[in-house]
Amino acid sequence: MLSIKNLHAGIEGKEILNGINLQIKAGEVHAIMGPNGSGKSTLSSVLAGRKEYNVTEGEVRFNGKDLLEMSPEDRAREGLFLAFQYPVEIPGVSTINFLKTAINELRAYKKLPPMEAKYFLKLMKEKQALVELTTSLANRSVNEGFSGGEKKRNEVFQMAMLEPTLAILDETDSGLDIDALKIVANGVNKLRSKDRSFIVITHYQRLLEYIVPDFVHVLFNGKIVKSGGKELALELEAKGYDWVKKEIAAA
Amino acid sequence: MNVIEKMSSTEKLVSEFQRVKSSLKGFLSLREKAISEFERVGIPNRKNEEWKYSDASALFKSEFNVEGLKLKVGKHDIDKFLVPNLNASVVVLVNGIYSEELSSLENIPKGVVISSFAQALAEKPEIVATHFSKYADTTNDAFVALNTAFASDGVFISVPDNTIVKNPIHIINIISVGLPLVKGDKEGFLIQPRFLFIIGNNSELKIVESFDASSSQAKNVCNSVAEISIGEKSKVQYYKLQNDCTGVHLISSVNAHQQKESHFDTNTITLNGDWVRNNLNIVPDAEHCETHLNGLFITCGNQHVDNHTLLDHRKPNCESNQLYKGILDEKSIGIFNGKIFVRRDAQKTNAYQSSKNILLSDDATINTKPQLEIYADDVKCSHGSTTGQLNEDAMFYLRSRGLSENSARNLLLFAFAGDVIEEIQIEPLKIYLAELVNQRLKK
Ligand SMILES: Nc1ncnc2c1ncn2[C@@H]1O[C@H](COP(=O)(O)OP(=O)(O)OP(=O)(O)O)[C@@H](O)[C@H]1O
Ligand SMILES: [Mg+2]
Repeated sequence: MLSIKNLHAGIEGKEILNGINLQIKAGEVHAIMGPNGSGKSTLSSVLAGRKEYNVTEGEVRFNGKDLLEMSPEDRAREGLFLAFQYPVEIPGVSTINFLKTAINELRAYKKLPPMEAKYFLKLMKEKQALVELTTSLANRSVNEGFSGGEKKRNEVFQMAMLEPTLAILDETDSGLDIDALKIVANGVNKLRSKDRSFIVITHYQRLLEYIVPDFVHVLFNGKIVKSGGKELALELEAKGYDWVKKEIAAA
Repeated sequence: MNVIEKMSSTEKLVSEFQRVKSSLKGFLSLREKAISEFERVGIPNRKNEEWKYSDASALFKSEFNVEGLKLKVGKHDIDKFLVPNLNASVVVLVNGIYSEELSSLENIPKGVVISSFAQALAEKPEIVATHFSKYADTTNDAFVALNTAFASDGVFISVPDNTIVKNPIHIINIISVGLPLVKGDKEGFLIQPRFLFIIGNNSELKIVESFDASSSQAKNVCNSVAEISIGEKSKVQYYKLQNDCTGVHLISSVNAHQQKESHFDTNTITLNGDWVRNNLNIVPDAEHCETHLNGLFITCGNQHVDNHTLLDHRKPNCESNQLYKGILDEKSIGIFNGKIFVRRDAQKTNAYQSSKNILLSDDATINTKPQLEIYADDVKCSHGSTTGQLNEDAMFYLRSRGLSENSARNLLLFAFAGDVIEEIQIEPLKIYLAELVNQRLKK
């Protein structure tokens, strides 16, 4: 589904990603961990198409297509979704209103007619329930005045509405209380299917108890320096990153 | 070169006044005074601080006919300017001349007078004399002086005490030189409608003014002056919609005088035009007045839109709010100049002003100048001005959810403009304007 080869990217001449290699197959869940500033959000942004970041080397293929060639909206239309670490507040634009536009543009891309209003409302209700997002939040301006946790839930809600094939969750667990964490994880789990893959970026093994990954990767200085199964997360939790850093230094 | 050609535009207009003054209806000494003030101040150019960014003298390079051209407009021509479901009384001015035939009044309560300004001059000289040229200052504003000197037609409305005029009055200005010019030697028209609205105590009036100059050429100038006298506890709403104004340069001066506990709300929306200057001069002249001034301008190409507001708080316990928003694209120029005076007596004044602008192109310019002059000590006043680009983070967020660049941009701009549209208190007008703005943003 997603194939990243030797990806180098940076901003304003500063290199942040130093040759990332990652293969993700349909239905898999990959967790990415790594110290602050190691490049996790940069990788998400590059995959989602943020043009401030320059790709200097490497390639990314998404379902066989050259992802880096596409506009951000076409990436979304091809099935990519990024739940932002810091979702932006957009005063004056309601979540409902923009999701309607988004869904219909996604559908137009697939040469489908616009979604019927009745069906759209039904879908909204259903997906709101999934992450226990109140209707009043969905009616309000996107993220405006939302608490940290509400913003994250709104991201998962949108993901559920847009039904991507590859979802990147950038620290969706941070800022969530224990109950919200379960709700969000549960929401994600319900969306897991053999055709849908996830990249879960997190600092905490706790989330991975709820969303059990197939693979865990450690990103350090813009490179994946270690990969393993779900037990790697436990090991990191116990030993910290120094252990990985030492291993690298030794190699 | 003959003598006429050597005359300045100011001199030409003064001599034109001398030529036609005998045909103007009454108020000759007032007109003579106004024209001499016009002559003294002259058509302003950039050297005049108030016209620093809007060189009016450039508009007066060519010669003008000062008498509006009578034009044949059919009743069905009006239909396209109507606002759906507004249920308004429609008053039509064709090149500044009130058209009885095209106007149609709806549900006018007893005692309310809606007529041409010409008719009011002829039939109600006493009432006119009490208010005409009392609120619009001719001493410093050349265009108010010029309009006052020539003022011969426009709209007169008087609302007695305790009267609610439920249906809005929609004034449609049609500006057109669709017919061959009568005087072949003159290039354009100077159209100078005059508006006089007198609202008694405890009454309500809603006015919507719109323009259509789409079949005209940009050599015409429309210099309009409105005077609004608002009685105690009365509420007046005034919406000015400047759409389809490509064929005319607009200079407009709206002067409102508020009595005790009155409300005046105005919203100036400029979408398509060429060169526009709006002056709003508001005097809440008694206690507990409320004033809301809102404005929105969306410009592109070489459009030039200049909004000047002046709020003169003279008495205590009044409140005013101003919100002006601009979206400027291509090489267009926007100006917002907002003056607030809080006089010594005007304690406990709350006066707020905000000007927010988005520049969509590197070549677009916005000049904002808030001027607060406060002479009272117990007041709450603030002003803020922001100018920025479209929020890139918000753009990316929306696009990353599948919205095209255009949809994302329009959604954000519409949200930005929405604050001003929200202030419109007439629902059908709000819907109509929201749609116009939406269409305009897609252009
Ligand atoms: N727009 C930018 N301009 C300058 N530097 C940037 C920019 N974006 C990221 N960086 C830098 O790139 C590095 C990686 O940042 P990134 O946000 O990708 O880290 P991260 O792994 O997501 O960290 P965290 O765990 O704290 O979220 C950091 O040193 C950061 O300061
Ligand atoms: Mg990050």
